[in-house]
Amino acid sequence: MSTLPLAISRRRRRSVRHTLDVRVSPYAYVAPFFLLFCAFGLFPLVYTAWVSLHEWTLLSETQEFVGLGNFSTLLADGYFWNATFNTLSIGVLSTVPQLALAIWLAHLLNRRLRFQTLFRVSLLLPNVTSVVAVVVIFSQLFGRDFGVINWVLSWFGVGNIDWAAGTATSHIALSVMIMWRWTGYNALIFLAAMQAVPRELYEAATLDGASTFKQLRSITIPMIRPTIVFVVIVSTIGAMQIIAEPMLFGQSSGAGGGIATGGPDRQFQTLALFVYEQGFANSTFDFGYASAASWLMFLAVVVVAGINFLITRRVKGGLV
Amino acid sequence: MTPRIRLAVPLLAAALLTAACGGGGNTATPASAKPGEKIKLTIGLFGDFGFKPLYEEYKKTHPDIEIVENVTQFNDHHNNLVKRLATNAGAGDIEAVEVGYVSTFTAQPGKFADLKQYGLDQRKADYLDWKWQQGLSKDGTQVLGLGTDVGGLAMCYRKDLFDKAGLPTDRTEVAALWPTWEQYIETGKKFAAADVAGAKFVDSPGEIFRAMVNQAPTGLYDAQDNIIVASNPDVKKAWDLSNQLTQEGLTAKLAAFSPPWNTGFAKGSFATIICPAWMTGFIQEQAKDATGKWDIATVPGGSGNSGGSHLMVPKQSKHPKEAAELINFLTSKDNQAKVFKEEGTFPSIPALYDDPSIQNFTKPFFGDAPIGKIYSEAAKALKPQHLGPKEGDVRVAIGNGLGRVEQGKQTPDEAWAQVLEDVKKIK
Repeated sequence: MSTLPLAISRRRRRSVRHTLDVRVSPYAYVAPFFLLFCAFGLFPLVYTAWVSLHEWTLLSETQEFVGLGNFSTLLADGYFWNATFNTLSIGVLSTVPQLALAIWLAHLLNRRLRFQTLFRVSLLLPNVTSVVAVVVIFSQLFGRDFGVINWVLSWFGVGNIDWAAGTATSHIALSVMIMWRWTGYNALIFLAAMQAVPRELYEAATLDGASTFKQLRSITIPMIRPTIVFVVIVSTIGAMQIIAEPMLFGQSSGAGGGIATGGPDRQFQTLALFVYEQGFANSTFDFGYASAASWLMFLAVVVVAGINFLITRRVKGGLV
Repeated sequence: MTPRIRLAVPLLAAALLTAACGGGGNTATPASAKPGEKIKLTIGLFGDFGFKPLYEEYKKTHPDIEIVENVTQFNDHHNNLVKRLATNAGAGDIEAVEVGYVSTFTAQPGKFADLKQYGLDQRKADYLDWKWQQGLSKDGTQVLGLGTDVGGLAMCYRKDLFDKAGLPTDRTEVAALWPTWEQYIETGKKFAAADVAGAKFVDSPGEIFRAMVNQAPTGLYDAQDNIIVASNPDVKKAWDLSNQLTQEGLTAKLAAFSPPWNTGFAKGSFATIICPAWMTGFIQEQAKDATGKWDIATVPGGSGNSGGSHLMVPKQSKHPKEAAELINFLTSKDNQAKVFKEEGTFPSIPALYDDPSIQNFTKPFFGDAPIGKIYSEAAKALKPQHLGPKEGDVRVAIGNGLGRVEQGKQTPDEAWAQVLEDVKKIK
C-alpha cells in the first residue's frame, strides 16, 4: 500500500527531469558560446557605444558626456570619409577579382587531375603564411627603385611606378596582397560545394554539347549559389576590416607618414586603420572619437554586407 | 549519460570558462626577490644603444642582476610607453625616451620614480645643464630621467659621389661650400647638374627640416607650451627650404628609417644626409661596404641638436632601486665615452669634450674623420631649445605635409594649409 505513492512520485520526478532535460539542455549546450560572445563580442560593442558618447581619452581622469558630439565631428571629418573611400575601393579591387579567380580555380581543380591533393593543399599555403611576411615581401616586390614588379614592367616601357605614393597604385598593391592570401582559401570552399553537384548534370550537358565554360555558367554557379552568397558576405566583412596590410605597407614600403596614417596623404588609410590612429597611434589616445568611428564602421559593414547579400541572392544563373 | 550529467557537463564547461576569464588579476608578486634569487631588470629601447657590452660588465660586479633588453621601433616604443603608463602595466624597469618625447613624459611625474631618492641628483654636476633640465619634472623638484647622449649636428657626405659630381671632397672645403642652408641647396643644384647616375643630393627633406627647426632659438613650442607652428617664422623658413630641396629635384624620396632608405645607404642613393652623432653608427651599420666613402663636415646654419635620449624608471617597476643603479652605471662618464667610440652616440657630459681620448678620436669608416672633435665642437656650441609635450604628433603632421609635396600630391602652400589644420587638432 505504502509503496504506490512513492513509485508515483518517483515516476513523476523522473518525468520532471526528463522535461527539464529536453527543454533546458539544448540551451546549456550552446551557453558556452554565448557566454564567450557576451564577454568578447556583445559587451565591447555596447561599451564602445557608451564610450563613443563621451569625451574620453586614455590619459584623462574624467570623462565628460558629449552625446552625439563625436559622431557629428566625425561626419564632418574629411579624413574619415577618405578612409571610407579607401576601404570601399580596396574592398572592391580585392574582392571581385578574388572571387572570380577562386571560382575558376575551384572549377579547374574539380576535374580529375594527377596530384589532386597536392594542388588543393598548396592553394591554402598563402593563407597559412603570416600577414607580416606577406606584406614585407610584397612591399619589396612593389618597391619603387629596386622592386621586381617595376623591373618587369620596364621591359614594356613602363616607367618607375611609385606604388606606395599613388592612391590607385597603392590600392592595387594592397589588393594583390589580400588576394594572394585569400583566393586559395575561398577556392577551397567553392571546391567543396562543387563536389556536391551531381555528376549526371555534367554528363548530360556534355552529351548535349555544352562547353566547360557553359557548364560552369549554367550548372556549377547556380548549384553552388548558397556558398557564393556565404563567401561574398564573409569576404565583404573581411575586406571592410582590413588593417594589418595597410599599416605594415606604410612602414615597410617607405611611403612615409605616421605609423597609422597610411601614407603622408592618407592615400591608403582604411577605416580600421583610422580607428587605430585616433585611439592608439597619437599621444591623445582619443578613445571617445575612435569608438564613434568604430560604430560607424560597424554600421557600414552591416550595410555593405546587406547590399551584397541582396545582390548575390537575386543573381540568377548567369553570374558571368 | 543520465540527464543530470548531460545537463551538468555544458554548465560546468561554461562555469569554467567564465572563471578562467575572470581569474587573471589576483596573482601576487613579491615586492623584492628573495636572497639568492636573480633580479630581472627589463630595459626598453628603440634601437641599438650600444649597451650590450656594458651589461656584461655590470653583471660581473652584480651577479644577482639579470638584464633583458627589449628593442622596438621608434614610434611604437614611445606610443606603447604612454599606454603602459596609463594602464599601469607592462612597462620595463628602465625605459629610454627620446628628446622629442621627453616632455610628454616629464609632464606626468607621478608615473615615474624620482631618481633623487636613489641619490642620482648627485650626477647633476656631470651633465650639460640643459640636458639635465630636460630630465626633471616640470616644477623642477624631481629627477625623472638621466641623459644618455646628445645629437649635435653635422653633415655626412659621400666623397666618391662628390668626386663624380666635380665637387670638392676635403671636409674643410666641403664645409666651406655651405655655411648656410641656401648655399647647401645651391651645392645640391650643382650636384644635380652633374647628373651622377643613381644618386640624388639628399635622402629626404624630413630630417633636414627637423635639424633646421632645431637650430632656431624657438621651435615648435614657445616657453609656455603653446604650439607656435603657425606663427614662428623660423618654422616656416625651414618648411620653405625643405620644400625647395624637393622642388629642385634634389631628394631621393626615401622616407627616413624605412627599409628602402636602409637600402639607399647600401646602394649609395644619396650623397648627403643630416648627421646627428647617433647617425654615424647608423650609417656604418647600413652601408657596411662603404668604408672610407663617407666623410663628415660641419652642418649648414650653425649648431643645433637633433635627438638624444634619457633613461627613466617607471613607477610600476618592482625594482626601482636596482634600476636606478643600472642607469647610473650606463650613463656614467666612462661608459658614455665607451658607447660613443662603439656606436657614435655622443656623450652629454661636457667634461669629456676636452678629454684627449675623445678629442683625438677618429673613425676609419669615415676616412679617419676626427669625429670626436667635430661633435665636441657641435655639442659645445649648442643652444638648447624648449620642447613641448606633443612634439612627436606635431612632427608627424609636418612630416606628412613634406611627404605630400615630395610625392607630388600638393603644392607646398596646399600642404602647409593642411599641416596647420592638422596641428590645430592636436589636443
